Amino acid sequence: MTIVGTSGLVLNEKLLFEHSDPGRKGYSLPKLDVPTAELPAELCREEISGFPELSEVDVVRHFTRLSTWNYGVDSGFYPLGSCTMKYNPKVNEVAARIPGLAFIHPATPSHLAQGSLELMYRLQVALAEISGFARVTLQPAAGAQGELAGMLVIRAWHEARGSKRTKVLIPDTAHGTNPATASLTGYDVVPIASDGVLTLEEVEAHMNDDVAALMVTNPNTLGLFETNIEAICKLVHERGGMVYCDGANLNALMGIARPGDMGIDVMHFNLHKTFSTPHGGGGPGSGPVGVTEELTPYLPGPGIEFDGESYCIEATRADSIGRMMAFHGNVGIMVRAYAYIRSMGGAGLKYASEMAVLNANYVRARLEGVYDLPFTSRSLHEVIFSDKDLEGDCHTLDVAKRLIDYGYHPPTIYFPLVVKGAIMIELTETESQEVLDEFCDAMIAIAGEARDNPELLHQAPIRSRIRRLDETTAARKPKLKWEKGA
Amino acid sequence: MRYIPHTAGDVTEMLERIGVATLQDLFVEVPESVRLKRPLNLQESASETELLREFKALAAANATPETHKSFLGGGAYNHFIPAVIDQLISRSEFYTAYTPYQPEISQGTLQAVFEFQTLICQLTGMDAANASMYDGASACAEAVLMAMRLTRRKRVLLSKALNPRYRAVVATYCRYLNLELVEVAVADDGRTDLVDLAAKLDDSTAAVVAGYPNYFGVIEDVAALAEQAHATGAKLVTAVAEPVALGLLKSPGELGADIVVGDGQSFGLPLAFGGPYVGFFAVRQKDVRGMPGRLVGETTDLEGQRGFVLTLATREQHIRREKATSNICSNQGLCALMVTIFMSLLGKQGLREMAEQNLAKAAYARQQLSAIKGFSLVFDGPAFNEFVVRSVAPVAEVLTRLEKVGILAGIPLAEDYPALADCFLVCVTEQNQREEIDALVAALQGGEA
Repeated sequence: MTIVGTSGLVLNEKLLFEHSDPGRKGYSLPKLDVPTAELPAELCREEISGFPELSEVDVVRHFTRLSTWNYGVDSGFYPLGSCTMKYNPKVNEVAARIPGLAFIHPATPSHLAQGSLELMYRLQVALAEISGFARVTLQPAAGAQGELAGMLVIRAWHEARGSKRTKVLIPDTAHGTNPATASLTGYDVVPIASDGVLTLEEVEAHMNDDVAALMVTNPNTLGLFETNIEAICKLVHERGGMVYCDGANLNALMGIARPGDMGIDVMHFNLHKTFSTPHGGGGPGSGPVGVTEELTPYLPGPGIEFDGESYCIEATRADSIGRMMAFHGNVGIMVRAYAYIRSMGGAGLKYASEMAVLNANYVRARLEGVYDLPFTSRSLHEVIFSDKDLEGDCHTLDVAKRLIDYGYHPPTIYFPLVVKGAIMIELTETESQEVLDEFCDAMIAIAGEARDNPELLHQAPIRSRIRRLDETTAARKPKLKWEKGA
Repeated sequence: MRYIPHTAGDVTEMLERIGVATLQDLFVEVPESVRLKRPLNLQESASETELLREFKALAAANATPETHKSFLGGGAYNHFIPAVIDQLISRSEFYTAYTPYQPEISQGTLQAVFEFQTLICQLTGMDAANASMYDGASACAEAVLMAMRLTRRKRVLLSKALNPRYRAVVATYCRYLNLELVEVAVADDGRTDLVDLAAKLDDSTAAVVAGYPNYFGVIEDVAALAEQAHATGAKLVTAVAEPVALGLLKSPGELGADIVVGDGQSFGLPLAFGGPYVGFFAVRQKDVRGMPGRLVGETTDLEGQRGFVLTLATREQHIRREKATSNICSNQGLCALMVTIFMSLLGKQGLREMAEQNLAKAAYARQQLSAIKGFSLVFDGPAFNEFVVRSVAPVAEVLTRLEKVGILAGIPLAEDYPALADCFLVCVTEQNQREEIDALVAALQGGEA
């Protein structure tokens, strides 16, 4: 096995503020070509205390060095479950930087913004086709905000019918954003158990006249398709509820099956997962929401419309839940996602889902027997193992940290919560068999090390620039900013 | 497909190892009844060349400050963007990483966020800032929710001079939280009316929210707002949509604000038709544990080296679920990095110089415009780089006429402020050369002649 992780020369770097030297500057502005003006002195501050003074070279070197301490998809394999860390195509970056798209002001009158509006409209239509929904709003900034928009839409629908339901059912495998969102929508959360997948019986036992909605994730966070989804949706509808779907795992289903065709009423997309836009070290993402025809009046406003001739920003509808963002959402991310859809085409998207699922099942086949596999039904885009069979008092965290020494970003760990010591691996379609084999070799070698030399795992990582960090002290005595002399 | 590396041979070999015959067999758990039985109805895939041709054609149908003389502001600003920013954020170790869950291989992101938090504190005069929010408007909504949690009160006073889109997002977030949102009137000088505020403040009020500068470009008396709010135990939330102003203005923290939010777009982010931008969120030390969003803290590793980690996560949704301080999961990481690089380059001196240029250019434009027959200034309070102009001729006609000579003169206020239906909002930044301002004045004058 070739281990890609090595100890190369990595450069240390101080904080910006520790570099600062009075009198240095890293900018140039044109000479002022109008008379100077002044504000009343009582409105003005002294200099901004602590603000750095640096040259352009200082700044460029500083951030270049910091960048080398990061691991990205372009550095290597990044099997972070539930995050769909697929390759971020470079042409998308070029497309988003075309000046006409990059520098248009959001308050530009519609007739002078036809390019952006057309692109957004086409993206809305493409996402509706991929998901099987009647209509899509692009406004939400991220998955969690999409959830909020979607749950507000459901609540608005209930309110419009005079229904005062107070509860939302959420399976124990759900992302934490689901219950947090339900709460922000003014609902009480009722957790329901799943045995790998949700059963009709479990939903039936909890679905009553006080339940406004069921929030599901499909495929769920165990990487399993919710096989009873149609019957569950039917039941929830019969009893007057709505079904929300967390679309984080759509990468398993493009061109295969559409959530809208399963009976789901609302779903958010994560353009930064399924549609290849970069994760940016934690955003910006984009979280469009698709809904059925019945729910369209409640979508966030304003939306983008096409009257057959030109594109416009429609006035916010009377029943709309209102605005989610100051402007039209993260349009720069939409440009990248639309570029991806145009590059892939319908057949390409389906092929992407097929290869993502192939990769997950391949890694599962190679690691089954080495790591405990808590759920055995067919995996879709991701596979969940646990640390149950590990020897040497080694746990999931140790495996994750040791993977860093081998040159990989660790999988998602300790999630979903229903699996003790979960190791959640999502491969995506952009990884080759060769990469997967090397990764599996590393995982197998680590299981062997746990048996033969557990201390190696407990100490890991040893090759990274810094070692395991003291998170307890960080939380107990929070130091959240630099202070002079501190 | 160039993004998918599998050869036909790989696929065969992998299926064999899995123990299934075909790719379809991998989807056995997807019931036949929900399978899509036709190809997706999308355009054929485009090559790189075709794609860029298509996108450039779309871009050509847009008007930008490169094609028009633009005086549009209202919460999104055309400012100088140093070349360094795009070069640095194009390091793919930054933009292709995700949330720094594994700190040992995410120190680049973590240290940059720690620097961002520090810079935001220095800029706003506050004690602690988070790793960023989606935009200024959603940060403002989260601030209202936080004030409600801190005070356990359910009434919020929003200045009518606060950006109307920020107010709209606050209303959306609070829609079903049983919260009373009350508008506070605008005085003749364009600031929040302190008399109306006093009348509406009571001991059930959780927060007073005002812009700084406000939507009309006028500089609020934050100290007076804070004093009034605090007298009844309410929190003062200050929303800064144009942070360049803070290069010159006293910080909201110094003036008594309890929560300071805003948008960092002015600091190096392209206008991009409204996003991605980046919200910032800063609080007092005592309220840190009640704030939403991610936080990065300093600590040490096993060998005593300085390092950074995500911290105080017990406030967040992945731990606290329905009891979390917010449902927010991500932040606007790369945008926060852009803002951090911008502030590093401009520094102490640059931000002040930039603010002074904005002030001077807007003052010049204001003076020139007020001298034109048929146009007048609406508010006389101290202003930064935006101001409201009243027109004798219908606003729509004036703006359309100027568009025809390549000028985007401002944002009509009719929709958001029916009482200001004859007004538009003009923004002048350091990017507008004197010739542009003179051209605006000449074009407005031309219509009058």
